[in-house]
Amino acid sequence: MDDLYREVIIEHYKNPAYRGKLDPHDISFADNNPLCGDHIQIDLRVGADGVVTDARFDGHGCAISQASADLLIESIIGKPLEDVKKLNKASVLELLGIDLGPVRLKCALLSLKVLKAGIYGLGEAGDELVE
Amino acid sequence: MPVYFFTLLLNPMPLNVEQIRKDFPILERETQRGKRIIYLDSTATSQKPVQVIEAMNNYYRRSNANIHRGVHTLAEEATAMYEGAREKIAKFINAATSREIIYTRNTTESINLVAYSWARANLKAGDLVILTEMEHHSNLVPWQMLQAERGIQLEFISVLEDGLLDLDDYAALLDRNPKLVSFTHMSNVLGTINPATDIIRMAHDAGAITLVDGAQSVPHLSVDVRALNADFYAFSAHKMCGPTGIGILYGKSALLEAMPPFLGGGDMIKEVKLRSFRPNTLPHKFEAGTPAIAEAIGFGAAVDYLSNLGMDNIAAHEHEITAYALERLEEIPGVKIFGPAADKKGGVAAFTLEGVHPHDVAQILDQDGVAVRAGHHCAQPLHEKFGIPATSRASFYIYTTKEEVDMLVNGIYKVKEMFG
Repeated sequence: MDDLYREVIIEHYKNPAYRGKLDPHDISFADNNPLCGDHIQIDLRVGADGVVTDARFDGHGCAISQASADLLIESIIGKPLEDVKKLNKASVLELLGIDLGPVRLKCALLSLKVLKAGIYGLGEAGDELVE
Repeated sequence: MPVYFFTLLLNPMPLNVEQIRKDFPILERETQRGKRIIYLDSTATSQKPVQVIEAMNNYYRRSNANIHRGVHTLAEEATAMYEGAREKIAKFINAATSREIIYTRNTTESINLVAYSWARANLKAGDLVILTEMEHHSNLVPWQMLQAERGIQLEFISVLEDGLLDLDDYAALLDRNPKLVSFTHMSNVLGTINPATDIIRMAHDAGAITLVDGAQSVPHLSVDVRALNADFYAFSAHKMCGPTGIGILYGKSALLEAMPPFLGGGDMIKEVKLRSFRPNTLPHKFEAGTPAIAEAIGFGAAVDYLSNLGMDNIAAHEHEITAYALERLEEIPGVKIFGPAADKKGGVAAFTLEGVHPHDVAQILDQDGVAVRAGHHCAQPLHEKFGIPATSRASFYIYTTKEEVDMLVNGIYKVKEMFG
């Protein structure tokens, strides 16, 4: 439990490094967690070589959802989109450094679902994207 | 002036909460090591006393059989228990006859029954249905679905900043010849107890039928459907010490008689031929298939349990706890409480804590065994109205003590410290 609110999570929640929007952008997508109304938008810029050159997230939600979005964005800048597509549940948990129950897992994974739905050009950020 | 409920309570007897708590084995449980659960989530679902659990166990141990049409002893016993529960429930809300008590799965299904059967037989394109801005999704979505299918119009009585309905706004809407007014008796977020008698009288004066979502009111207040003069009244067992999976639609028999059946199948028929059927009489006409028999019996036991305590005594206890909780919560810097003052609301305190998301509040409180709910509580439009994505919600019932409220308050201070 005290792990769940590790300092690093509170820190990313209160002072996110990558909160904001990118204009222009190459990819932008937003979706909600219907359980609690958490909302995440992610904007990406992608170079001609397929590498993520810049990224931001925006939205609102609990500490877990917002911190995980910030950590996720930090981890993908400079990475090829092909590598980003391979990220899954385990990658996010590794970024957060904690284990989560099924309800809070939804909060933690929202940003990755939004990111992948944006990359694949899908209409909805479904659970299958992070399995 | 609308009459609010707490002005009507006369000389309630204090509940023996210590004794009541002994009836709820789950309250002994520790969800965190060394910390007994403090269950402040009864608005989502109440805990169940042994009397209810045992009633269902006894049915399965001694009397289990399918109901109706059976002539053997077990079938007769099961039928008598199932129908006996219906009688108890009818009496509990003062229905004229148990034929007006339709078993459903829950409040949501009861509302859907009215939307599918009554509304599809009686509403056409352009007809106006009045709802309120404080409705649970269960009293919004069925009407939105009908709007998409039929082109009915929906209008919403505004909620004022203090959490009460704007009755002037309502009066103006009534000038537009509504066919149905469907509203919650008590908000599951704000706790507002709406002046149902006035709302119904005004609807009838305008020629409209009324449907009341009683999911939060029947567990906490003395409800008399005939005094209210409600046309339809919907509620669930699981929020009032009963099991999940069973609810009630009360309807005036003249309306129910005239309605087409809802689901088709066994038990709802009087006669079936290969190409036709004749529907059964009330209440069976609306009860297709083998129902939740044990749950109905458990519901009957829950009604007995609450009746023994006395609904006015229950309301008075919750009012005392709620007033205390609001006072304690208001002391905490950064806490904002939604809804009216304690004398106009039931046992619910929905709040936000500045700088901390409600999910995080709930999670940290759980560390001390304090169970509260976080989210939009199936009332997303209401949260949007107040400009917030979510709230934390503590709710109180017959077993809630002031000490538990103190634990909640201490827990919130701890949250503030962590997010400092």
